[in-house]
Amino acid sequence: MDSFLQQVVNAVSLGAIYSLFALGYALVFSILGVLNLAHSAVFMTGAFVGLLLVDKLHQPLWIAAPLAMIAAGFVSILLEFVAFRPLRQRGAARMSQLISSIGAALLIVNLAQLAFKPLWGGTEAYFPQGLVPDQPIVIEALSLRIVPIRMIILVIALALVIALQYLVMRTRIGQQMRAVAFNQRTAALLGINVGRVYVLTFFLAGLLGGAAGLLYGLVFLNVTPFIGDDVALVGLTAIVLGGLGSINGALVGGFLVAAIQTFSIAIGGSNYKNAVVFGLLFVLLLARPQGLFGQSESTRA
Amino acid sequence: MALLEVSDLWVSYGMIAALRSVSFKLEEGQVVTLIGANGAGKSTTLNTLSGLLRASAGSIRFNGVEMIGRRPDRIAAMGMVQVPEGRQVIANMSVAENLTAGAHVRRDGRTDEELAAIYARFPRLNERRTQKAGLLSGGEQQMLAVGRALMMQPTLLMMDEPSMGLAPLLVKDVFRIIAEIKERGISILLVEQNARQALAIADYAYVLERGKVVAEGTAAELSNNPAILAAYLG
Repeated sequence: MDSFLQQVVNAVSLGAIYSLFALGYALVFSILGVLNLAHSAVFMTGAFVGLLLVDKLHQPLWIAAPLAMIAAGFVSILLEFVAFRPLRQRGAARMSQLISSIGAALLIVNLAQLAFKPLWGGTEAYFPQGLVPDQPIVIEALSLRIVPIRMIILVIALALVIALQYLVMRTRIGQQMRAVAFNQRTAALLGINVGRVYVLTFFLAGLLGGAAGLLYGLVFLNVTPFIGDDVALVGLTAIVLGGLGSINGALVGGFLVAAIQTFSIAIGGSNYKNAVVFGLLFVLLLARPQGLFGQSESTRA
Repeated sequence: MALLEVSDLWVSYGMIAALRSVSFKLEEGQVVTLIGANGAGKSTTLNTLSGLLRASAGSIRFNGVEMIGRRPDRIAAMGMVQVPEGRQVIANMSVAENLTAGAHVRRDGRTDEELAAIYARFPRLNERRTQKAGLLSGGEQQMLAVGRALMMQPTLLMMDEPSMGLAPLLVKDVFRIIAEIKERGISILLVEQNARQALAIADYAYVLERGKVVAEGTAAELSNNPAILAAYLG
Protein backbone atom coordinates (compact mmCIF):
# COMPACT_ATOMS: atom_id res chain seq x y z
CA MET A 1 0.00 0.00 0.00
CA ASP A 2 1.17 3.47 -0.88
CA SER A 3 1.72 6.05 1.76
CA PHE A 4 -1.14 8.18 3.00
CA LEU A 5 0.34 11.24 1.34
CA GLN A 6 0.52 9.36 -1.95
CA GLN A 7 -3.18 8.57 -1.67
CA VAL A 8 -3.96 12.22 -1.05
CA VAL A 9 -2.09 13.22 -4.19
CA ASN A 10 -3.96 10.62 -6.23
CA ALA A 11 -7.31 11.58 -4.77
CA VAL A 12 -6.79 15.28 -5.43
CA SER A 13 -6.04 14.86 -9.13
CA LEU A 14 -8.90 12.43 -9.63
CA GLY A 15 -11.12 14.78 -7.65
CA ALA A 16 -10.21 17.65 -9.97
CA ILE A 17 -11.54 15.66 -12.92
CA TYR A 18 -14.68 14.60 -11.07
CA SER A 19 -15.32 18.19 -10.02
CA LEU A 20 -14.95 19.54 -13.54
CA PHE A 21 -17.34 16.90 -14.76
CA ALA A 22 -19.84 17.41 -11.93
CA LEU A 23 -19.86 21.17 -12.55
CA GLY A 24 -21.51 20.50 -15.89
CA TYR A 25 -24.35 18.62 -14.22
CA ALA A 26 -24.68 21.37 -11.63
CA LEU A 27 -24.73 24.23 -14.16
CA VAL A 28 -27.48 22.69 -16.25
CA PHE A 29 -29.46 21.61 -13.22
CA SER A 30 -29.33 25.05 -11.65
CA ILE A 31 -30.71 26.67 -14.80
CA LEU A 32 -33.22 24.05 -16.00
CA GLY A 33 -33.99 22.12 -12.84
CA VAL A 34 -33.36 18.97 -14.88
CA LEU A 35 -30.48 16.54 -14.75
CA ASN A 36 -28.74 16.21 -18.09
CA LEU A 37 -27.92 12.51 -18.08
CA ALA A 38 -26.25 12.84 -21.46
CA HIS A 39 -23.46 14.81 -19.80
CA SER A 40 -21.44 11.59 -19.55
CA ALA A 41 -21.60 11.34 -23.35
CA VAL A 42 -20.27 14.92 -23.55
CA PHE A 43 -17.40 13.78 -21.31
CA MET A 44 -16.69 10.95 -23.72
CA THR A 45 -16.84 13.38 -26.65
CA GLY A 46 -14.02 15.42 -25.11
CA ALA A 47 -11.80 12.34 -24.82
CA PHE A 48 -12.82 11.04 -28.25
CA VAL A 49 -12.17 14.26 -30.15
CA GLY A 50 -8.92 14.83 -28.26
CA LEU A 51 -7.71 11.36 -29.16
CA LEU A 52 -8.83 11.74 -32.77
CA LEU A 53 -6.89 14.98 -33.16
CA VAL A 54 -3.76 13.70 -31.48
CA ASP A 55 -3.65 10.16 -32.79
CA LYS A 56 -5.14 10.44 -36.29
CA LEU A 57 -4.63 14.07 -37.25
CA HIS A 58 -1.28 14.43 -35.47
CA GLN A 59 -2.09 17.67 -33.76
CA PRO A 60 -0.13 18.80 -30.72
CA LEU A 61 -2.00 18.59 -27.45
CA TRP A 62 -2.19 22.35 -26.99
CA ILE A 63 -4.27 22.54 -30.15
CA ALA A 64 -6.20 19.31 -29.58
CA ALA A 65 -7.27 20.16 -26.04
CA PRO A 66 -9.18 23.40 -26.72
CA LEU A 67 -10.69 21.93 -29.88
CA ALA A 68 -11.86 18.86 -27.95
CA MET A 69 -13.45 21.10 -25.34
CA ILE A 70 -15.21 23.20 -27.97
CA ALA A 71 -16.45 20.07 -29.77
CA ALA A 72 -17.87 18.81 -26.48
CA GLY A 73 -19.43 22.22 -25.96
CA PHE A 74 -21.22 21.98 -29.30
CA VAL A 75 -22.43 18.45 -28.61
CA SER A 76 -23.80 19.80 -25.36
CA ILE A 77 -25.61 22.63 -27.20
CA LEU A 78 -27.02 20.04 -29.58
CA LEU A 79 -28.48 18.23 -26.58
CA GLU A 80 -30.30 21.39 -25.58
CA PHE A 81 -31.79 21.76 -29.06
CA VAL A 82 -32.65 18.10 -29.61
CA ALA A 83 -33.26 16.52 -26.22
CA PHE A 84 -34.48 19.38 -24.03
CA ARG A 85 -35.89 22.41 -25.85
CA PRO A 86 -38.58 20.63 -27.93
CA LEU A 87 -39.92 18.91 -24.82
CA ARG A 88 -39.73 22.05 -22.69
CA GLN A 89 -41.65 24.05 -25.28
CA ARG A 90 -44.43 21.48 -25.22
CA GLY A 91 -44.53 21.77 -21.45
CA ALA A 92 -43.32 18.19 -20.96
CA ALA A 93 -42.64 16.95 -17.45
CA ARG A 94 -39.07 17.10 -16.19
CA MET A 95 -39.07 13.33 -16.00
CA SER A 96 -39.54 13.04 -19.75
CA GLN A 97 -36.68 15.48 -20.33
CA LEU A 98 -34.54 13.26 -18.11
CA ILE A 99 -35.49 10.18 -20.12
CA SER A 100 -34.87 12.06 -23.34
CA SER A 101 -31.35 12.88 -22.15
CA ILE A 102 -30.70 9.20 -21.41
CA GLY A 103 -31.77 8.38 -24.96
CA ALA A 104 -29.46 11.05 -26.34
CA ALA A 105 -26.58 9.62 -24.29
CA LEU A 106 -27.13 6.14 -25.73
CA LEU A 107 -27.28 7.57 -29.24
CA ILE A 108 -24.03 9.51 -28.87
CA VAL A 109 -22.23 6.51 -27.37
CA ASN A 110 -23.48 4.33 -30.24
CA LEU A 111 -22.28 6.87 -32.79
CA ALA A 112 -18.89 6.85 -31.10
CA GLN A 113 -18.85 3.04 -31.29
CA LEU A 114 -19.52 3.26 -35.02
CA ALA A 115 -16.65 5.72 -35.40
CA PHE A 116 -14.24 3.73 -33.22
CA LYS A 117 -14.46 0.62 -35.40
CA PRO A 118 -12.94 2.04 -38.61
CA LEU A 119 -10.62 4.41 -36.76
CA TRP A 120 -9.09 2.09 -34.21
CA GLY A 121 -10.43 -1.33 -35.19
CA GLY A 122 -12.40 -1.92 -32.04
CA THR A 123 -13.79 -0.09 -29.09
CA GLU A 124 -10.56 0.70 -27.37
CA ALA A 125 -7.87 3.16 -28.28
CA TYR A 126 -4.84 4.66 -26.57
CA PHE A 127 -3.21 8.02 -26.35
CA PRO A 128 0.38 7.68 -27.58
CA GLN A 129 2.95 7.05 -24.87
CA GLY A 130 5.03 10.07 -23.98
CA LEU A 131 2.42 12.55 -25.17
CA VAL A 132 2.55 14.09 -21.74
CA PRO A 133 5.65 13.77 -19.58
CA ASP A 134 5.25 10.45 -17.79
CA GLN A 135 8.48 10.32 -15.83
CA PRO A 136 7.30 10.52 -12.21
CA ILE A 137 8.71 13.13 -9.92
CA VAL A 138 9.96 11.17 -6.93
CA ILE A 139 10.22 12.76 -3.54
CA GLU A 140 12.09 10.13 -1.53
CA ALA A 141 11.80 11.84 1.82
CA LEU A 142 8.02 11.64 1.64
CA SER A 143 8.02 8.41 -0.40
CA LEU A 144 5.97 10.26 -2.98
CA ARG A 145 5.71 9.57 -6.71
CA ILE A 146 3.91 12.25 -8.63
CA VAL A 147 3.20 11.77 -12.31
CA PRO A 148 3.42 15.21 -13.94
CA ILE A 149 0.08 14.84 -15.74
CA ARG A 150 -1.63 14.72 -12.37
CA MET A 151 -0.18 18.11 -11.45
CA ILE A 152 -1.10 19.50 -14.86
CA ILE A 153 -4.67 18.30 -14.37
CA LEU A 154 -4.93 20.02 -11.06
CA VAL A 155 -3.68 23.30 -12.48
CA ILE A 156 -5.95 23.16 -15.51
CA ALA A 157 -8.97 22.19 -13.44
CA LEU A 158 -8.38 25.00 -10.96
CA ALA A 159 -7.91 27.52 -13.75
CA LEU A 160 -11.19 26.46 -15.37
CA VAL A 161 -13.05 26.57 -12.07
CA ILE A 162 -11.75 30.05 -11.27
CA ALA A 163 -12.69 31.21 -14.76
CA LEU A 164 -16.18 29.81 -14.30
CA GLN A 165 -16.61 31.47 -10.92
CA TYR A 166 -15.49 34.76 -12.40
CA LEU A 167 -17.88 34.41 -15.30
CA VAL A 168 -20.86 33.56 -13.12
CA MET A 169 -20.27 36.07 -10.35
CA ARG A 170 -18.64 39.02 -12.10
CA THR A 171 -19.89 39.33 -15.67
CA ARG A 172 -23.12 40.50 -17.30
CA ILE A 173 -23.79 37.08 -18.78
CA GLY A 174 -23.17 35.44 -15.41
CA GLN A 175 -25.65 37.85 -13.85
CA GLN A 176 -28.16 36.81 -16.50
CA MET A 177 -27.49 33.13 -15.80
CA ARG A 178 -28.15 33.72 -12.11
CA ALA A 179 -31.35 35.61 -12.93
CA VAL A 180 -32.58 32.72 -15.09
CA ALA A 181 -31.62 30.23 -12.37
CA PHE A 182 -33.68 32.23 -9.90
CA ASN A 183 -36.78 32.34 -12.07
CA GLN A 184 -36.95 32.24 -15.85
CA ARG A 185 -40.18 34.26 -16.05
CA THR A 186 -38.70 37.05 -13.94
CA ALA A 187 -35.56 36.93 -16.07
CA ALA A 188 -37.60 37.22 -19.26
CA LEU A 189 -39.43 40.26 -17.85
CA LEU A 190 -36.00 41.79 -17.23
CA GLY A 191 -35.33 41.65 -20.94
CA ILE A 192 -33.09 38.60 -20.70
CA ASN A 193 -33.14 36.21 -23.64
CA VAL A 194 -33.73 33.03 -21.65
CA GLY A 195 -33.22 30.72 -24.61
CA ARG A 196 -29.77 32.18 -25.25
CA VAL A 197 -28.82 31.76 -21.60
CA TYR A 198 -29.80 28.08 -21.84
CA VAL A 199 -27.61 27.59 -24.89
CA LEU A 200 -24.68 29.30 -23.24
CA THR A 201 -25.11 27.21 -20.10
CA PHE A 202 -25.07 23.99 -22.09
CA PHE A 203 -21.98 25.21 -23.92
CA LEU A 204 -20.13 25.97 -20.67
CA ALA A 205 -21.19 22.63 -19.21
CA GLY A 206 -19.90 20.97 -22.37
CA LEU A 207 -16.55 22.78 -22.24
CA LEU A 208 -15.99 21.63 -18.67
CA GLY A 209 -17.29 18.10 -19.29
CA GLY A 210 -15.15 17.80 -22.41
CA ALA A 211 -12.07 19.00 -20.53
CA ALA A 212 -12.78 16.45 -17.82
CA GLY A 213 -13.09 13.67 -20.40
CA LEU A 214 -9.88 14.60 -22.15
CA LEU A 215 -7.93 14.82 -18.88
CA TYR A 216 -9.37 11.49 -17.77
CA GLY A 217 -8.20 9.96 -21.04
CA LEU A 218 -4.74 11.45 -20.57
CA VAL A 219 -4.39 10.06 -17.06
CA PHE A 220 -5.45 6.53 -17.90
CA LEU A 221 -4.27 6.78 -21.52
CA ASN A 222 -7.04 4.59 -22.88
CA VAL A 223 -10.29 5.82 -24.34
CA THR A 224 -13.43 3.84 -25.14
CA PRO A 225 -16.91 4.93 -26.21
CA PHE A 226 -18.00 3.92 -22.72
CA ILE A 227 -15.68 5.97 -20.52
CA GLY A 228 -18.61 8.22 -19.69
CA ASP A 229 -20.07 5.32 -17.72
CA ASP A 230 -17.07 5.44 -15.38
CA VAL A 231 -18.00 8.90 -14.22
CA ALA A 232 -21.75 9.19 -14.78
CA LEU A 233 -22.74 7.93 -11.35
CA VAL A 234 -19.72 9.44 -9.68
CA GLY A 235 -20.66 12.86 -11.01
CA LEU A 236 -24.26 12.49 -9.90
CA THR A 237 -23.10 11.41 -6.48
CA ALA A 238 -20.84 14.45 -6.31
CA ILE A 239 -23.65 16.91 -7.01
CA VAL A 240 -26.14 15.19 -4.74
CA LEU A 241 -23.51 15.14 -2.02
CA GLY A 242 -22.68 18.79 -2.59
CA GLY A 243 -26.25 19.98 -3.08
CA LEU A 244 -27.96 19.95 -6.48
CA GLY A 245 -27.32 23.02 -8.56
CA SER A 246 -24.61 24.42 -6.32
CA ILE A 247 -21.28 25.21 -7.96
CA ASN A 248 -19.31 24.98 -4.75
CA GLY A 249 -21.22 21.83 -3.89
CA ALA A 250 -20.19 20.17 -7.15
CA LEU A 251 -16.56 21.11 -6.51
CA VAL A 252 -16.45 19.78 -2.98
CA GLY A 253 -18.56 16.76 -3.92
CA GLY A 254 -16.15 15.82 -6.71
CA PHE A 255 -13.11 15.90 -4.44
CA LEU A 256 -14.98 14.09 -1.69
CA VAL A 257 -16.07 11.22 -3.91
CA ALA A 258 -12.53 10.89 -5.31
CA ALA A 259 -11.09 10.80 -1.80
CA ILE A 260 -13.57 8.17 -0.64
CA GLN A 261 -12.91 6.02 -3.69
CA THR A 262 -9.15 6.31 -3.45
CA PHE A 263 -8.99 5.47 0.22
CA SER A 264 -11.48 2.65 0.03
CA ILE A 265 -9.42 1.10 -2.77
CA ALA A 266 -6.29 1.49 -0.68
CA ILE A 267 -7.93 -0.12 2.32
CA GLY A 268 -10.35 -2.67 0.94
CA GLY A 269 -9.53 -3.17 -2.71
CA SER A 270 -11.27 -1.83 -5.76
CA ASN A 271 -14.30 -4.13 -5.46
CA TYR A 272 -15.80 -1.99 -2.77
CA LYS A 273 -15.04 1.51 -3.99
CA ASN A 274 -18.52 2.29 -5.28
CA ALA A 275 -20.26 0.48 -2.44
CA VAL A 276 -18.43 2.72 0.01
CA VAL A 277 -19.24 5.87 -1.98
CA PHE A 278 -22.92 5.09 -2.19
CA GLY A 279 -23.10 3.91 1.40
CA LEU A 280 -21.72 7.24 2.56
CA LEU A 281 -24.02 9.10 0.20
CA PHE A 282 -26.97 7.28 1.72
CA VAL A 283 -25.92 8.13 5.27
CA LEU A 284 -25.28 11.75 4.38
CA LEU A 285 -28.64 12.15 2.71
CA LEU A 286 -30.40 10.74 5.75
CA ALA A 287 -28.76 13.41 7.87
CA ARG A 288 -28.83 16.24 5.34
CA PRO A 289 -31.23 15.65 2.46
CA GLN A 290 -30.38 18.94 0.74
CA GLY A 291 -26.70 17.97 0.43
CA LEU A 292 -23.73 19.76 1.93
CA PHE A 293 -24.26 23.07 0.15
CA GLY A 294 -27.92 22.66 -0.63
CA GLN A 295 -28.92 25.83 1.14
CA SER A 296 -26.30 28.26 0.06
CA GLU A 297 -28.47 29.89 -2.58
CA SER A 298 -25.85 32.49 -3.34
CA THR A 299 -23.65 29.95 -5.07
CA ARG A 300 -26.34 28.79 -7.45
CA ALA A 301 -25.90 29.75 -11.03
CA MET B 1 -53.12 56.88 -31.74
CA ALA B 2 -53.22 55.36 -28.29
CA LEU B 3 -49.92 54.20 -26.79
CA LEU B 4 -51.45 50.82 -26.00
CA GLU B 5 -54.47 49.40 -27.72
CA VAL B 6 -55.72 45.97 -26.76
CA SER B 7 -58.58 44.64 -28.80
CA ASP B 8 -60.66 41.50 -28.58
CA LEU B 9 -58.02 39.64 -26.60
CA TRP B 10 -58.68 35.98 -25.84
CA VAL B 11 -56.44 33.87 -23.62
CA SER B 12 -57.12 30.40 -22.33
CA TYR B 13 -55.52 27.96 -19.92
CA GLY B 14 -56.24 24.66 -21.62
CA MET B 15 -60.00 24.53 -22.07
CA ILE B 16 -60.73 27.38 -19.70
CA ALA B 17 -61.02 30.85 -21.19
CA ALA B 18 -59.24 33.25 -18.84
CA LEU B 19 -59.77 36.35 -20.97
CA ARG B 20 -62.83 36.69 -23.17
CA SER B 21 -62.65 39.44 -25.72
CA VAL B 22 -60.91 41.99 -23.54
CA SER B 23 -60.45 45.41 -25.09
CA PHE B 24 -59.01 48.55 -23.57
CA LYS B 25 -56.63 51.34 -24.37
CA LEU B 26 -54.17 53.65 -22.73
CA GLU B 27 -53.14 57.07 -23.99
CA GLU B 28 -49.58 58.27 -23.65
CA GLY B 29 -48.87 59.74 -20.21
CA GLN B 30 -51.96 58.20 -18.62
CA VAL B 31 -52.38 55.99 -15.60
CA VAL B 32 -54.95 53.34 -16.46
CA THR B 33 -56.04 50.81 -13.90
CA LEU B 34 -57.58 47.38 -14.22
CA ILE B 35 -59.60 46.53 -11.18
CA GLY B 36 -61.51 43.42 -10.28
CA ALA B 37 -61.71 40.53 -7.89
CA ASN B 38 -59.22 37.72 -7.56
CA GLY B 39 -59.25 35.55 -10.66
CA ALA B 40 -60.93 38.18 -12.83
CA GLY B 41 -58.03 38.04 -15.30
CA LYS B 42 -55.98 41.08 -14.29
CA SER B 43 -52.63 39.31 -13.98
CA THR B 44 -53.42 37.18 -17.01
CA THR B 45 -53.83 40.39 -18.98
CA LEU B 46 -50.47 41.79 -17.87
CA ASN B 47 -48.68 38.50 -18.50
CA THR B 48 -50.14 38.30 -21.98
CA LEU B 49 -49.06 41.88 -22.66
CA SER B 50 -45.56 40.92 -21.48
CA GLY B 51 -45.48 37.88 -23.76
CA LEU B 52 -45.36 35.31 -20.96
CA LEU B 53 -48.76 33.96 -22.00
CA ARG B 54 -49.93 33.38 -25.53
CA ALA B 55 -53.13 34.97 -26.74
CA SER B 56 -55.41 32.71 -28.76
CA ALA B 57 -56.97 35.68 -30.56
CA GLY B 58 -56.96 39.45 -30.60
CA SER B 59 -54.34 42.11 -30.92
CA ILE B 60 -52.04 44.14 -28.71
CA ARG B 61 -50.78 47.28 -30.38
CA PHE B 62 -48.03 49.25 -28.68
CA ASN B 63 -47.09 52.46 -30.47
CA GLY B 64 -49.02 51.00 -33.36
CA VAL B 65 -46.87 47.85 -33.49
CA GLU B 66 -48.40 44.40 -33.01
CA MET B 67 -46.86 42.75 -29.94
CA ILE B 68 -48.53 39.34 -29.99
CA GLY B 69 -46.05 36.60 -30.83
CA ARG B 70 -43.02 38.51 -29.61
CA ARG B 71 -40.69 37.11 -26.96
CA PRO B 72 -40.96 38.59 -23.45
CA ASP B 73 -37.40 39.93 -23.52
CA ARG B 74 -38.08 41.70 -26.84
CA ILE B 75 -41.28 43.21 -25.48
CA ALA B 76 -39.42 44.50 -22.42
CA ALA B 77 -36.69 45.91 -24.64
CA MET B 78 -39.34 47.76 -26.65
CA GLY B 79 -40.37 49.63 -23.51
CA MET B 80 -43.24 47.58 -22.10
CA VAL B 81 -41.83 46.74 -18.69
CA GLN B 82 -43.64 44.77 -16.00
CA VAL B 83 -43.19 44.93 -12.23
CA PRO B 84 -44.48 41.45 -11.43
CA GLU B 85 -46.80 40.44 -8.65
CA GLY B 86 -44.96 39.62 -5.44
CA ARG B 87 -42.01 41.84 -6.57
CA GLN B 88 -39.85 38.85 -7.65
CA VAL B 89 -36.61 40.50 -6.63
CA ILE B 90 -33.75 38.07 -7.13
CA ALA B 91 -33.20 37.02 -3.55
CA ASN B 92 -29.62 35.78 -3.87
CA MET B 93 -28.37 38.83 -5.76
CA SER B 94 -27.32 42.07 -4.16
CA VAL B 95 -29.53 45.14 -4.38
CA ALA B 96 -27.13 46.70 -6.90
CA GLU B 97 -27.12 43.59 -9.08
CA ASN B 98 -30.91 43.48 -9.05
CA LEU B 99 -31.06 47.06 -10.22
CA THR B 100 -28.75 46.45 -13.15
CA ALA B 101 -30.16 43.03 -14.07
CA GLY B 102 -32.40 44.50 -16.78
CA ALA B 103 -30.46 47.67 -17.58
CA HIS B 104 -29.01 46.24 -20.79
CA VAL B 105 -32.33 46.99 -22.54
CA ARG B 106 -32.01 50.76 -22.03
CA ARG B 107 -31.98 52.57 -25.32
CA ASP B 108 -30.59 55.90 -24.08
CA GLY B 109 -27.39 54.62 -22.44
CA ARG B 110 -28.06 56.69 -19.31
CA THR B 111 -27.69 53.74 -16.93
CA ASP B 112 -25.42 55.49 -14.46
CA GLU B 113 -27.60 58.60 -14.21
CA GLU B 114 -30.71 56.51 -13.63
CA LEU B 115 -28.97 54.43 -10.99
CA ALA B 116 -27.84 57.56 -9.17
CA ALA B 117 -31.38 58.95 -9.36
CA ILE B 118 -32.84 55.75 -7.92
CA TYR B 119 -30.36 55.69 -5.06
CA ALA B 120 -31.15 59.35 -4.35
CA ARG B 121 -34.90 58.68 -4.37
CA PHE B 122 -34.62 55.49 -2.28
CA PRO B 123 -31.85 56.04 0.27
CA ARG B 124 -32.65 52.68 1.87
CA LEU B 125 -31.58 50.93 -1.32
CA ASN B 126 -28.41 52.98 -1.38
CA GLU B 127 -27.56 51.98 2.20
CA ARG B 128 -28.14 48.36 1.36
CA ARG B 129 -26.71 48.14 -2.13
CA THR B 130 -24.33 45.31 -1.31
CA GLN B 131 -26.86 43.33 0.71
CA LYS B 132 -28.74 40.37 -0.70
CA ALA B 133 -32.19 41.45 -1.91
CA GLY B 134 -33.80 38.56 -0.06
CA LEU B 135 -32.91 40.25 3.22
CA LEU B 136 -34.90 43.42 2.46
CA SER B 137 -38.31 44.10 3.99
CA GLY B 138 -41.43 43.82 1.83
CA GLY B 139 -41.61 47.59 1.33
CA GLU B 140 -37.94 47.80 0.41
CA GLN B 141 -38.35 44.92 -2.03
CA GLN B 142 -41.19 46.80 -3.72
CA MET B 143 -38.96 49.88 -4.07
CA LEU B 144 -36.27 47.64 -5.51
CA ALA B 145 -38.68 46.06 -7.99
CA VAL B 146 -39.85 49.50 -9.13
CA GLY B 147 -36.28 50.80 -9.34
CA ARG B 148 -35.23 47.75 -11.32
CA ALA B 149 -38.04 48.40 -13.81
CA LEU B 150 -37.13 52.11 -14.12
CA MET B 151 -33.57 51.06 -14.95
CA MET B 152 -35.04 49.47 -18.07
CA GLN B 153 -36.29 52.83 -19.40
CA PRO B 154 -39.97 51.91 -19.67
CA THR B 155 -42.36 53.77 -21.93
CA LEU B 156 -45.20 51.83 -20.37
CA LEU B 157 -44.81 50.50 -16.84
CA MET B 158 -47.16 47.64 -15.99
CA MET B 159 -47.52 47.11 -12.26
CA ASP B 160 -49.16 44.00 -10.84
CA GLU B 161 -50.57 44.54 -7.34
CA PRO B 162 -47.77 46.82 -6.11
CA SER B 163 -49.50 47.40 -2.78
CA MET B 164 -50.10 43.75 -2.03
CA GLY B 165 -49.00 42.63 1.41
CA LEU B 166 -47.74 46.04 2.47
CA ALA B 167 -48.64 47.93 5.65
CA PRO B 168 -51.01 50.91 5.11
CA LEU B 169 -48.24 53.47 5.52
CA LEU B 170 -46.16 51.74 2.85
CA VAL B 171 -49.17 51.50 0.55
CA LYS B 172 -49.34 55.31 0.64
CA ASP B 173 -45.64 55.40 -0.27
CA VAL B 174 -46.20 53.10 -3.21
CA PHE B 175 -48.98 55.28 -4.62
CA ARG B 176 -46.87 58.40 -4.10
CA ILE B 177 -44.12 56.76 -6.14
CA ILE B 178 -46.59 55.86 -8.88
CA ALA B 179 -47.62 59.52 -9.03
CA GLU B 180 -43.96 60.54 -9.33
CA ILE B 181 -43.37 58.09 -12.15
CA LYS B 182 -46.37 59.52 -13.97
CA GLU B 183 -44.89 63.00 -13.49
CA ARG B 184 -41.85 61.82 -15.42
CA GLY B 185 -44.10 61.13 -18.38
CA ILE B 186 -44.03 57.35 -18.09
CA SER B 187 -47.42 55.76 -18.82
CA ILE B 188 -48.67 53.26 -16.26
CA LEU B 189 -50.98 50.28 -16.45
CA LEU B 190 -51.89 49.47 -12.88
CA VAL B 191 -53.48 46.25 -11.71
CA GLU B 192 -54.84 46.56 -8.20
CA GLN B 193 -57.21 44.95 -5.78
CA ASN B 194 -57.04 48.13 -3.75
CA ALA B 195 -59.57 49.76 -6.06
CA ARG B 196 -60.12 52.91 -4.02
CA GLN B 197 -56.45 53.87 -4.08
CA ALA B 198 -56.10 52.87 -7.70
CA LEU B 199 -59.05 55.00 -8.81
CA ALA B 200 -57.72 57.93 -6.84
CA ILE B 201 -54.61 58.00 -9.00
CA ALA B 202 -55.90 56.71 -12.35
CA ASP B 203 -57.05 58.74 -15.33
CA TYR B 204 -59.21 55.92 -16.56
CA ALA B 205 -60.26 52.51 -15.28
CA TYR B 206 -61.59 49.21 -16.54
CA VAL B 207 -63.43 46.70 -14.37
CA LEU B 208 -62.73 43.04 -15.12
CA GLU B 209 -65.04 40.27 -14.09
CA ARG B 210 -64.48 36.62 -14.99
CA GLY B 211 -62.28 37.51 -17.92
CA LYS B 212 -64.46 40.26 -19.38
CA VAL B 213 -64.51 44.02 -19.19
CA VAL B 214 -67.83 44.80 -17.47
CA ALA B 215 -67.43 48.52 -16.88
CA GLU B 216 -65.13 51.36 -17.75
CA GLY B 217 -64.88 55.07 -17.18
CA THR B 218 -62.96 57.82 -15.52
CA ALA B 219 -62.22 57.37 -11.87
CA ALA B 220 -64.98 59.86 -11.04
CA GLU B 221 -67.55 58.02 -13.14
CA LEU B 222 -66.77 54.64 -11.63
CA SER B 223 -66.66 56.02 -8.11
CA ASN B 224 -70.25 57.19 -8.60
CA ASN B 225 -71.46 53.91 -10.06
CA PRO B 226 -73.43 52.17 -7.27
CA ALA B 227 -72.73 48.66 -8.63
CA ILE B 228 -68.98 49.30 -8.71
CA LEU B 229 -69.13 50.94 -5.32
CA ALA B 230 -70.82 47.91 -3.82
CA ALA B 231 -68.64 45.32 -5.50
CA TYR B 232 -65.17 46.83 -5.32
CA LEU B 233 -65.15 49.83 -3.07
CA GLY B 234 -67.46 48.56 -0.32
